[in-house]
Amino acid sequence: MKKQLINECRLSFPSLSVNESYARAVTAAFAAQCDPTVKEISEIKTAVSEAVTNAIVHGYRGCVGTVELILRQLSGGVIYISVRDKGAGIADIEQAMTPLFTTAPEEERTGLGFSVMSSFMDSVNVKSTPGKGTTVTMEKRLSCRTAPGFRESSVNPVELPEKQVT
Amino acid sequence: MVKLYNDGGRITAALSGDIDHHTAREMRQELDEAIAHSQPELLIIDMEKVGFMDSSGIGLILGRLRAVHANGGEIIIKNARPEIAAVIRISGLSGLLVEGNTNEKATN
Repeated sequence: MKKQLINECRLSFPSLSVNESYARAVTAAFAAQCDPTVKEISEIKTAVSEAVTNAIVHGYRGCVGTVELILRQLSGGVIYISVRDKGAGIADIEQAMTPLFTTAPEEERTGLGFSVMSSFMDSVNVKSTPGKGTTVTMEKRLSCRTAPGFRESSVNPVELPEKQVT
Repeated sequence: MVKLYNDGGRITAALSGDIDHHTAREMRQELDEAIAHSQPELLIIDMEKVGFMDSSGIGLILGRLRAVHANGGEIIIKNARPEIAAVIRISGLSGLLVEGNTNEKATN
């Protein structure tokens, strides 16, 4: 069954490292609609932080470009995240996703970004064209205790006690 | 932010706020100055007031681990909340994590 779109947020910001915390804060606020656990919020924030940092450090190395973050809430308590840059691109995606592989060891990059994303999200996909940019898409199903579209009772009208109806 | 407590051969570095690619640079500089100055036999990284950390924090820890090891010292990480400990485990540095409060932080 195709997942229904419940909410969407599109955000663009300059690839400045000071905006990494902004991307995380927006992601946490957006995901809050799903009533996630503290652990789930932390995992999603960390995955977004890794993808956005990659766009800033590697995509727009030595220059400032625009990072596009798309957040979607889908039926069944699924959060979809896309982080896109129009920067350098990745020639060898498999190598880039290998744990501990990094092209920036002098900046203390550990090469663990994709490992963290894969550990904390259900799926991670990378599309990239050298010279054109990179798009990382991720999905995670949340436990969604009271999310809309997950439990119908959450949208039922509230019945007021009779004495309050005048 | 980094608060440093120097106790002889031990330095406690109480980190606070988020540790990401942006904030790690400043923390790195402050920690490196302290390590170069004191050459500690033990660097205790106190994560009690760290609310968020991504793999940039791993780079920060690994770099300091090399610097402290070069002087024959060790690093331990204490008070890491579960979400941060999870990131540290992915990196294979879980051996640095210690449970509970080791009371090595100065009181002032």
